[in-house]
Amino acid sequence: MNTLIGILAIVLIFVIVFQVAKASELMGMLKGDKEGETSESTNNAHGFLLMLMMITGIIAVFVGWWLVEDKLLQGNRNFAPASQHGDSINSMFWITSIICGIAFVITQFLLFWFSYKYRARKGHKAQHFSHDNKLEVVWTVIPAIVLTILVARGIETWYEITAEAPEGSRVVEVTAQQFNWTVRYPGNDAVLGKREFDLMSGENSLGINWTDENSHDDLMPTEIVLEKGVPVLFKLGAKDVLHSFYLSQFMVKMDCVPGIPTQFWMTPTITTDSMQLKLNNPEFQYELACAELCGRAHWNMRFIVKVVETEEYNAWLAEQQPFYELVKASLEPSNKTEEPSSDNPTQIEQGDSTSAPTLDEPEVSGGKESETNVISSL
Amino acid sequence: MAELHNPAIEVGHDTHAHGHDHHGHDDHDHHELNFIEKYIFSQDHKIIGKQFLILGMLWAIVGGLFSIFFRLQLAWPDESFPILEWFLGSWAEGGKLSAEFYYALVTMHGTILVFFVLTAGLSGTFSNYLIPLQIGARDMASPFMNMLSFWMFVLSSFVMLVSLFIQTGPASGGWTAYPPLSALPQATPGSGLGMDLWLISIAFFIVSVALGGLNYVTTVINMRTKGMDFFRMPLTVWAFMFTAIIGLLSFPVLFGAAVLLEFDRLLGTSFFLSDIYVAGEALHHSGGSPILFQHLFWFLGHPEVYIIILPAMGIVSEVMSVHSRKPIFGYKAMIFSILGITILSFIVWAHHMFMSGLNPFVASIFVLFTLLIAVPSAIKVFNWITTLWRGSIRLNPAMLFAIGFVSLFISGGLTGIYLGNSTLDIQLHDTYYVVAHFHIVMGLAAFYGMFAGIYHWFPKMFGRYMNTTLGYIHFYVTLVGSYAIFWPMHYLGMSGVPRRYYDFTVFDQFNQYADLNKFITVAAIIVFAVNILFVLNFFYSAVKGRKVTVLNPYGATTLEWTTPIHPGHGNWVGEIPAVHRWPYDYSINGRDFIPQTEPLSAGEVEDHDIGSDTPNITDPIPGEEGKA
Repeated sequence: MNTLIGILAIVLIFVIVFQVAKASELMGMLKGDKEGETSESTNNAHGFLLMLMMITGIIAVFVGWWLVEDKLLQGNRNFAPASQHGDSINSMFWITSIICGIAFVITQFLLFWFSYKYRARKGHKAQHFSHDNKLEVVWTVIPAIVLTILVARGIETWYEITAEAPEGSRVVEVTAQQFNWTVRYPGNDAVLGKREFDLMSGENSLGINWTDENSHDDLMPTEIVLEKGVPVLFKLGAKDVLHSFYLSQFMVKMDCVPGIPTQFWMTPTITTDSMQLKLNNPEFQYELACAELCGRAHWNMRFIVKVVETEEYNAWLAEQQPFYELVKASLEPSNKTEEPSSDNPTQIEQGDSTSAPTLDEPEVSGGKESETNVISSL
Repeated sequence: MAELHNPAIEVGHDTHAHGHDHHGHDDHDHHELNFIEKYIFSQDHKIIGKQFLILGMLWAIVGGLFSIFFRLQLAWPDESFPILEWFLGSWAEGGKLSAEFYYALVTMHGTILVFFVLTAGLSGTFSNYLIPLQIGARDMASPFMNMLSFWMFVLSSFVMLVSLFIQTGPASGGWTAYPPLSALPQATPGSGLGMDLWLISIAFFIVSVALGGLNYVTTVINMRTKGMDFFRMPLTVWAFMFTAIIGLLSFPVLFGAAVLLEFDRLLGTSFFLSDIYVAGEALHHSGGSPILFQHLFWFLGHPEVYIIILPAMGIVSEVMSVHSRKPIFGYKAMIFSILGITILSFIVWAHHMFMSGLNPFVASIFVLFTLLIAVPSAIKVFNWITTLWRGSIRLNPAMLFAIGFVSLFISGGLTGIYLGNSTLDIQLHDTYYVVAHFHIVMGLAAFYGMFAGIYHWFPKMFGRYMNTTLGYIHFYVTLVGSYAIFWPMHYLGMSGVPRRYYDFTVFDQFNQYADLNKFITVAAIIVFAVNILFVLNFFYSAVKGRKVTVLNPYGATTLEWTTPIHPGHGNWVGEIPAVHRWPYDYSINGRDFIPQTEPLSAGEVEDHDIGSDTPNITDPIPGEEGKA
């Protein structure tokens, strides 16, 4: 019923507007408006309206910014980006903003001011002015110089951020899938165990090769915990479709691509606790989100990230049990031939004729697979 | 639509026959065309232009409505809207949009607006309508191919329309159709039959663009009337020609990508797929690269935004010049900046992929080219502003939309300087900042150019004027409304809010903007309503609008205004007029304007902007006076 009333109201408004518009057109014709021309009073009115739009518009831009300032990642009094990269990105942001801000205000002002000032009136004539090479050179060269500065600064920062991760960076592997994240820490040996695509199954969702001893102390926690001040290298991958590893508060983002490993490093600078204090919000958590459309529940891939001080970090690490310990029992019956049952269907899928889909020589077939799938083993 | 010509009006036009161009002017009307030949399977470029426009408008309504549907979800994620169920049936059971269909709507909104409305509806309409009229040709080089081009668009539209009604729903992997999501029906229902239909539709669409583009380029090169040198062509024609060239060079790449993607889907090839484990099953695809598809897609996708914006730039240049009663400032600079944009548009595509795992060194090269493209763009903006300076400006709806275009192009262009910088893109990529940027600079600006063109050439198209009062209402509500919709999205993006989210409530950091999202949705509904008003005005005025009684109501110099008020197929009765000067002789020699058809007077030199800064010092074109 409400919908019907709403629709009727809209139709009514349309009809009224239409009638008024028709009447005003007739009035204009009776007053002798020449076709193709606009009358002086019309030009005055619209010149004035344009100026009004421009002035309120420019004010709204800055007032709007000021109103949401406490939510932004830039120039927020309460909040600073939680990584070193965030600071360099923000300084680039401000340089760009100052330049673009000036260009924005000047060009918008002139555009609307000229439209107002040079509106057609009686006794006012246009001046033929078709080109001025000096002027044109000036406004080609100035943007070119300014943009060169922005490019240089931008690329410098970009190389700094995308450089090799510093020596001694911690490694965290993150694998995305519809619609969650699997995290793996390398454990005490600081080396992640090998993964093979063909080993992936319901039980071994990452396809970890348990014969690789490096895998035996790997951790698979249900949250990402990072140590403040220590660079961390995220090794990223995806199992099914594209995803994007997005840590908004750290200003970090990198796509996760099936078949192609990607990576990104950063240094977290603010612990979760101190951020909670700063924001006066005991509920505050850093959140990992997906930033590349990946299907139905793309918007629902929240994963908690914690930044803690060194002691707390070490305590947390000590608490974690290697994933191998948890699954060892299920691997026991076929101690040497690691999980053959789950492995087999994959091999059949692969149509791999050289490795028979039974219990023969898993190590050989494993070796071969890792060759064909180098790209997938992160 | 167009009425039959009235011979009484037609006679007055031909004051500039100069005894040349006898070709073909009476070949056309030898047999009476029936209704179908004349208005449906028409080979008249003017009818085809209008057909593109009307089909484009219908698609714009559909695409706009879709955006309203998903904006409702974003503003009121917990409410239900019975009207959604009425429209969408089981996709919005209980009046609540399902997540799958939310993504299908987003995908269709993008596809429809980018391809069907802003490519076909804008370039298709105005290239067809204006090129022959402005260069002095009776029709396109191949009117038959031109007709095919439109009907390929109809076929493409039909296939896309069908995909909206199938059980698994239309494609839902985003308008960019990135595999593996778009390749795997297991990953999302929209990647089933819907995606096949999407790819087929796009393939037909590319055929349409290619047929049209070949025609536009051939026509501009070969069919200019006597005296119409390249540097006497209006900027509209320049823009349409470069647009067609970009389309011809880049759309085939998308065709290739679409075919390869279909191979991956149907034949089990692995162009874009490798090592995929989905829905509990490992797939056999091996060795492909999803990034390869992104390269192929954006090799079209980025030039595509210039395919969309260049015609609007051409239209705006022309409209601004006519209604300021001034030559466009820096005519040649405008042409060379279009050329610069055209060339650069092919070497910036990877700026869409900074965060895809691209080599950082490669990315830095694309940063350089991307920011470089701001230079020709800046030149154009300064030239438009200077065109207004010391003009005598008629503030009619066409001119207001042209001014609005420049305003939006500045706003959206400047945010491009942020996004083109890979450093800033780390944070801003795939956030609402991107949504704000491309909607303003490409979506809105192109629409404004289209509106400027429609209001300006409507009298030529239909022999009637659009209602100006409705035009003013349309302009102000759209200007305020479109800034109200898209400006706040910059702030969302600066806060890190990602795009393509069905619901923000899951994340604390993204859920801070509930009120702003409601505000944006309300603004979107108002803008949509006022644009429906525009469509009504369009159709009403085409039939009942104020009649045009003079040949050249705006006092424009270009050739289309020398045709009869209701030009028939063939455009000019009698000979095609010859051209003697550039198209921007406004407010010169004590006169308001001098049409292109008027010979140079004794001692007059043509006002091209060769040489230095004082007008009228350039060399005359040799032999021109002699002929005149």
